[in-house]
Amino acid sequence: MFSFCTDPATLPQWQWFACYLTTGTHFAFYRSFVMVILLLAITAPVALGMGLLGAMAVRSRIWPVSWLGKGYVNIVRGVPDIVFFMFVPIALGQGIEWVFHQINCPDWDQPIRQGNDFIVCREARVPGPNAPAWVRSTYAFSMAVIAYALVFGAFAANTLYGAMQAVPRAQVETAEAYGMTRAQAFRRIIMPQMWIYALPGLSNIWQILIKATPLLFLLGIQDAVYWARELGGQKTSLYTYPHPDWRVWYFLVLLCFYLFLTWGSERVFARLNRRLSRGQATAAGERMRKAAA
Amino acid sequence: MKKTTLTLAAAMAFMASGAMAQDVVRIGTEGAYPPWNFINDDNEVVGFEIDLGNEICDRAGLTCEWVLNDWDTIIPNLVAGNYDVIMAGMSITEARAEVISFTENYLPSDPSAHMALAGTDESVIEDGIIAVQSNTVQAGIVADSDAAALEFPTPDETISAVRNGEADAVLADKNFLVAYVADSGGELVFIGEDFFPGEGTGAGIRQSDDELRETFTAIIMEMREDGSINELIEQWFGDEMSTF
Repeated sequence: MFSFCTDPATLPQWQWFACYLTTGTHFAFYRSFVMVILLLAITAPVALGMGLLGAMAVRSRIWPVSWLGKGYVNIVRGVPDIVFFMFVPIALGQGIEWVFHQINCPDWDQPIRQGNDFIVCREARVPGPNAPAWVRSTYAFSMAVIAYALVFGAFAANTLYGAMQAVPRAQVETAEAYGMTRAQAFRRIIMPQMWIYALPGLSNIWQILIKATPLLFLLGIQDAVYWARELGGQKTSLYTYPHPDWRVWYFLVLLCFYLFLTWGSERVFARLNRRLSRGQATAAGERMRKAAA
Repeated sequence: MKKTTLTLAAAMAFMASGAMAQDVVRIGTEGAYPPWNFINDDNEVVGFEIDLGNEICDRAGLTCEWVLNDWDTIIPNLVAGNYDVIMAGMSITEARAEVISFTENYLPSDPSAHMALAGTDESVIEDGIIAVQSNTVQAGIVADSDAAALEFPTPDETISAVRNGEADAVLADKNFLVAYVADSGGELVFIGEDFFPGEGTGAGIRQSDDELRETFTAIIMEMREDGSINELIEQWFGDEMSTF
């Protein structure tokens, strides 16, 4: 990185650190933080969408839809996250390949499962056999997003379902008295007002989602925790920058990063809460009304 | 549908002309086991196996690509087709050969050794707490002995366990430990005798992938005979490592 980094063994301390902290592996470490934030930024809206669909399905009057919603919410919430993170990418990955295999290679005469091996024809491999590295990492990343969205969507669905039930019955009754259909009342009355009831639950889920991102490592994605472990471990003189076990410092950086993330989101949620309480028939809304008067 | 048929026909023609040679061969490795395979400070995968693998691919006219994978899941991911070859300092054992197939070994049976803090009594090998990396040959050896095994997912953590007193000694490939002993300035020492478990190190390949295994084995045998493997061994391991 710097011109004086050619022979690290001879450098004075501050220069050694300047070089050490700008190695290729350290840049990969820094990038992994961006990736964690990117994952959160993509997963959160997708999970919220899944949650909304799930909650609406549970409320549905059509019983197969309602059963599907209830099944999703209860099964996913009941299985340990870690099992899901391991199961979804493998099952989904092989499922996709199986479907492509059926479509693209109807003439294939060998079994897909040969002993321990899972073998599909060349055209059915996802990502393709010659896919460049970025396609593979995007694919792995998408699998991670799907796994997270499935798990956290189920929790969000339950929270949102509760919030929909919490909107005062009188509001919906008034809407009905105005002649609104069930769908109209849902769209115009329940949807806009339910968020204040959902917010504490959603903020919980968000915080847990932040803390669950180190599980990315399980999915073969090199996240911040992977790099902290890799870089912090003792490096012998086979490496350019040998050092003893520094994991405690690297984990301290992680600790600060995660605390900063959760602290920041706590503030955002407090703001949202004030904003959504305005004009609501809740204790907080009532206090705001009185303060203004 | 027509398009599918066309691609299929094209693929058939491909296979007939040059088998799967056009496909990138993906080689999975751990990247945490110097000097076999590790990530250097420039974030490149390097090591004995990287040089060897690239040379094999060169001679076979294959395009190869390295993939990093956790040691604990390195076999399941091969079987699932995430990569085609494992070159990760993996000893050829019967238990592993039930799940995957191996090429002829590219490293002879190499020494394992116990490493402990200076002054540790040799008797800990018999009845102490021994740190090992999980799913390794050494983990199996300690499990079968009277000593208590303390397993870790990465080799690096086994060393830390000895330093902080969690374990009395670590059992691992001697050539992995050598650098730690040399760098410790007398703090860490080898105890007990070296011994040679296993039947050497080979590349792991899916059992259904006979063609690739034969290609790899042929070139490994060629390199064993012309001495080029020995050169690589000396370059990366020095004199301590067994050669062919």
